[in-house]
Amino acid sequence: MTDRAIPASVEKLPTGIASLDVIAKGGLPKHRTTLVSGTAGSGKTIFAAQFLAAGITDAGESGVFVTFEESAEDIRANMRSFGWDLAAWEREGKLAFVDASPDPEVEVIESGAFDLGALLARVRHAVQKVGATRVSVDSLGAVFSQFSDHSVIRRELFRIASALKDMGVTAVLTAERVVDYGPIARFGVEEFIADNVLILRNVLDEESRRRTIEILKFRGADHQKGEFPFTIVPGTGLVVLPLSAIALRQKSSDVRISSGVKELDEMCGGGFFRDSVILLSGATGTGKTLTVTQFLKGGADAGERCLLLAFEESREQLFRNASGWGVDFERMERDGVLRVVCDYPDAAGLEDWLVTIQSTVREFKPRRVALDSLSALERIGSAKAFREFVIGVTSFIKQQEITGLLTTTTASLMGGTSITEAHISTLTDSIILLRYVEMFGEMKRGLTVLKMRGSQHDRNIREFTIDGSGMHLGRAFRNVTGILAGTPVHISPTDVERVWSQFDAELSGRRRSTDHD
Amino acid sequence: MSDTGGETAPHYLLKLYVTGKSAKSEVAIANLRRLCAEELEGRYDLQIIDVLEHPEAAETDKILATPTLIKRLPPPLRRVIGDLSDRHKVLLGLEVRPELPSRDRDPSAP
Repeated sequence: MTDRAIPASVEKLPTGIASLDVIAKGGLPKHRTTLVSGTAGSGKTIFAAQFLAAGITDAGESGVFVTFEESAEDIRANMRSFGWDLAAWEREGKLAFVDASPDPEVEVIESGAFDLGALLARVRHAVQKVGATRVSVDSLGAVFSQFSDHSVIRRELFRIASALKDMGVTAVLTAERVVDYGPIARFGVEEFIADNVLILRNVLDEESRRRTIEILKFRGADHQKGEFPFTIVPGTGLVVLPLSAIALRQKSSDVRISSGVKELDEMCGGGFFRDSVILLSGATGTGKTLTVTQFLKGGADAGERCLLLAFEESREQLFRNASGWGVDFERMERDGVLRVVCDYPDAAGLEDWLVTIQSTVREFKPRRVALDSLSALERIGSAKAFREFVIGVTSFIKQQEITGLLTTTTASLMGGTSITEAHISTLTDSIILLRYVEMFGEMKRGLTVLKMRGSQHDRNIREFTIDGSGMHLGRAFRNVTGILAGTPVHISPTDVERVWSQFDAELSGRRRSTDHD
Repeated sequence: MSDTGGETAPHYLLKLYVTGKSAKSEVAIANLRRLCAEELEGRYDLQIIDVLEHPEAAETDKILATPTLIKRLPPPLRRVIGDLSDRHKVLLGLEVRPELPSRDRDPSAP
């Protein structure tokens, strides 16, 4: 941990939940109790189980799971899909259950004063038995529903929380909320029982579910503020996506790689930067998929592994297109230099796609990643979720020190910007535009490098052609203006100089403003 | 009525979970002993378990609250939690009919 801004008074315990430790600046406060509150289905039980599982697998720390709601048997079964074999850990003495779930078969009658002394004795016994340093209690609300005298339960939960602290364990206590934005928890006392409060949300946002985690308070300890998206991944559990955290640490490499098109490399001042993200924008049919194919071929020719994430076209279509341009995807896959992940955008949520992309990249270890197209993914989530997705993808690509080529489709055939572009142009290092240009009644294709962070580049709009061997960049369009706006106008050569100087000024002005974002 | 006769009077197997020597424990034990003497003389077995000494027993029986009285026999299994100061509810839980229903009834009970 390099981040040591926090005073040493509150020690943190890494939870082992990917990236939560980053936003929690080291983990949950050690030897303290943390309330994890959320609505039904927000992932509280998974959080509780993962906290213990991570302790057992990553830190060699034993845990105790106190369940008030589901039976121990149900939890064992439900958590198996995350790869956590609770029963095995119980046999190995690393985990103990305190099963305090209600037995519907047995009628309970209350007669006179009582306390939860037995529960406390069981928790204490379980902690001693396995030498636990972590305890999860799921959930506090379910205790209330088992007894009619809530004032007793309130008092007893305070007693149990303080006993947990005396035992020196770090505890996670879950609680139900009625709504995602409202009182912290149902019974109004839960947040006072614990030292720290963490909120899990599961909000319907423009017809898609969006999960977020927020650290509401860490008593006496530092943490990042605000909501962070997370997703629940089979075989892993909760995965938090701390965008601001990862966006900060990026190295910039000045190693150049080939785009796969010699002339384009020249336009970019010698190729793309190794750890850069390039946005490729154009209307349908302008050559985005071709540019992607060239980019992948360029990688394969250099012996670099490439990953293609395709959301627009079927696998067969992609392979057929590539072979039409003289690129053999099939052979590249056989040689192990290419992997094509082809799926429907709607097959998963944006958070899930980000996690899938991250895990595929970690496993396949490509040097180049192409995503075709962002616009297809844009449709499946809200604008906010999409922006977070793009930040997540771009910062992850840069962290891996690999090159990313992301495409976006403009709505209008002749020009203009796509919605995607407006959202994310500041997040990418380079922007390449592909445009249709009408010249004397003939449709031509133009390409320009609009932005190239940290490098000189050719500002011309170059004509390009496509044939059986791929993309060929020709000469710059002369005596035409308004190409980028989608309204090419022929102008007399005498005007040309003036217009181009304006164009140049605008471009360099734009470059300056985006570079400082 | 008919089954209050001697030949079918069931045998009671009772377990009382308590926490150490707390006031509630003492009250519950005293209340239960008195009730058994009065209502179940000669036909009950009572086991008193301290959860501080036998937490594993509390785990097996899934006890949360103390004191908790468990009626294992006759069926059905019943639990009564609390210091057993509400005699009427305890009798209800144990399904023992008081000989004179009106005598001991708590005035606040329905």
